[in-house]
Amino acid sequence: MTTTWTIDAVKEALAAKKISARELTSDFYKRIEARNPELNAFLALSPERARRQTDRIDALVAEGKALPPLAGVPVAIKDVISTRGTKTTCGSKILENYIPPFDATAVERLEAAGAVILGKTNCDEFAMGSSNENSAYGPVKNPAAMDRVPGGSSGGSAAAVAAGLAVAALGTDTGGSIRQPGSFCGIPAMMGSYGRVSRYGLIAFASSLDRIGPFATNIKDVAAILQVIAGRDPHDSTSTTAPVPKYSAELGKPVKGLRLGIPKEYFAEGMDAGVRQKIEAGIEIFKKLGCELMEIRMPHTDYAIATYYIIATAEASSNLARYDGVRYGLRVADDSLLAMYRKTRGAGFGPEVKRRIVLGTYVLSAGYYDAYYLKGQKVRALIAQDFHDAFSKVDAILTPTSPVPPFKLGERTDDPLQMYLADIYTVTGSLAGVPGISVPCGRVKGNLPVGMQIFGPAFGEARVLQLAHAFEQAGGANL
Amino acid sequence: MKISREDVVRVAELAYLDLSESELEMYRAQIDEILEYIGKLNELDTTKVEPMAQVLSDDQTADATLREDLIVPCAVAEDVLKHAPDPEPPYFRVPKVIER
Repeated sequence: MTTTWTIDAVKEALAAKKISARELTSDFYKRIEARNPELNAFLALSPERARRQTDRIDALVAEGKALPPLAGVPVAIKDVISTRGTKTTCGSKILENYIPPFDATAVERLEAAGAVILGKTNCDEFAMGSSNENSAYGPVKNPAAMDRVPGGSSGGSAAAVAAGLAVAALGTDTGGSIRQPGSFCGIPAMMGSYGRVSRYGLIAFASSLDRIGPFATNIKDVAAILQVIAGRDPHDSTSTTAPVPKYSAELGKPVKGLRLGIPKEYFAEGMDAGVRQKIEAGIEIFKKLGCELMEIRMPHTDYAIATYYIIATAEASSNLARYDGVRYGLRVADDSLLAMYRKTRGAGFGPEVKRRIVLGTYVLSAGYYDAYYLKGQKVRALIAQDFHDAFSKVDAILTPTSPVPPFKLGERTDDPLQMYLADIYTVTGSLAGVPGISVPCGRVKGNLPVGMQIFGPAFGEARVLQLAHAFEQAGGANL
Repeated sequence: MKISREDVVRVAELAYLDLSESELEMYRAQIDEILEYIGKLNELDTTKVEPMAQVLSDDQTADATLREDLIVPCAVAEDVLKHAPDPEPPYFRVPKVIER
């Protein structure tokens, strides 16, 4: 059994000179070397970059200088997030050889805070998928059950942290792509409010929904990573000026008296019986902690998947127009420019991406725009209103993260609509822009992780983390 | 049937996407099923609802006021061209577009 390193443990070990940053990182690369061939969680490693950073940290230790908050902490970055000098493929053949000339703001901030970037993690192509099986570089396996999917689209980041191949990781969430793999791999995973973390350098899928957020092994570490990456960035006009509170100060505060909403619509048919039992037991924990549980109604929940697959695909069809074989990535040569575009895109994109480009182009096309895209935007407003109304009565909302535990590899690949329905509890919060976390909530059928989702109001990350931490400390993971 | 083969051909043309015969039929059938599912949105009367393009209100973004128009150096041109499929610095080369 490999040691589980936390951010605090790294800090203490470095300060006490029990291990150097270089030794720790080299230990993590050994773990990756041993486990990655079967897990397929990493697509690329950046040992030279890691070495430069560990040298910097070890010099600070040697000089007895103050260490930055994430000093020497080995982290992994989802492959849709730009890393200067390291291949960033988005899990796609069309970007097989793409090397970004700049860092995403979130990556830059992690490194400035002392973190060591180990490498890039596998994901569904352009973050489109719920099982990681849409990666052009093969599926990731779930470390908790090797015949199962790790969830998606940030499956590599979730699997890497769950298997102890990184202390923490960045993922991205558009309709559930952080929270659902966090749930499937049995680790905490958080999406902050839309606008909380800069999207600069995040290769766009659906710009009004995409968010970057952390995976870690415990809530304190999730809070520490979010603390570093959150906040206004002049490079992203949708990153907000809302102040970033000190999240760690909220952890450990009593949750007694907080009002938690249980939306009836999330507990309707279609949920696995084992998952239901664990979530109900999880709700009991909050009751014991003195929270006030209230049944609430969120009447438009059932329309969220339909709305999401209009808006996300429409935005994707527009964002992915940039892959034309001219400036970066694959080019399939032809004498005619238009034929070159068509062939490049036909050859470079995988099936799910093509499916979404076709659907997204269709819902935006003349004659269908009002019936689909505009209708979707209107229902999005109704779904956001459901959240707004709920948060006038409660402090947070509890739901399952996924209706089912991790499913078997290959089990759902033939039916895209079935795969889309895996996101049924997560897309709502994506459309509404609110923060959400998935926290481990026991295991079913032997060793299959279950996650509980906690939603807070926009920019209520501190409250979400406080509740998640209380749940964790009360033994929520061992239900 | 919500979407025809001709619709898929037209949309693929709009998206500059080469699709094989088998892809055309597969996507038509799958997207038909998805659109059928999406049709449930018509159960909702949205005549009085304002469409929501994005979630942030004006006071939540700094761009409610425009930033100063400053020139900031961004010396990545060489790097960018190095990784282009067919670079001819300082240009990207593409197949001939204009017939003489």
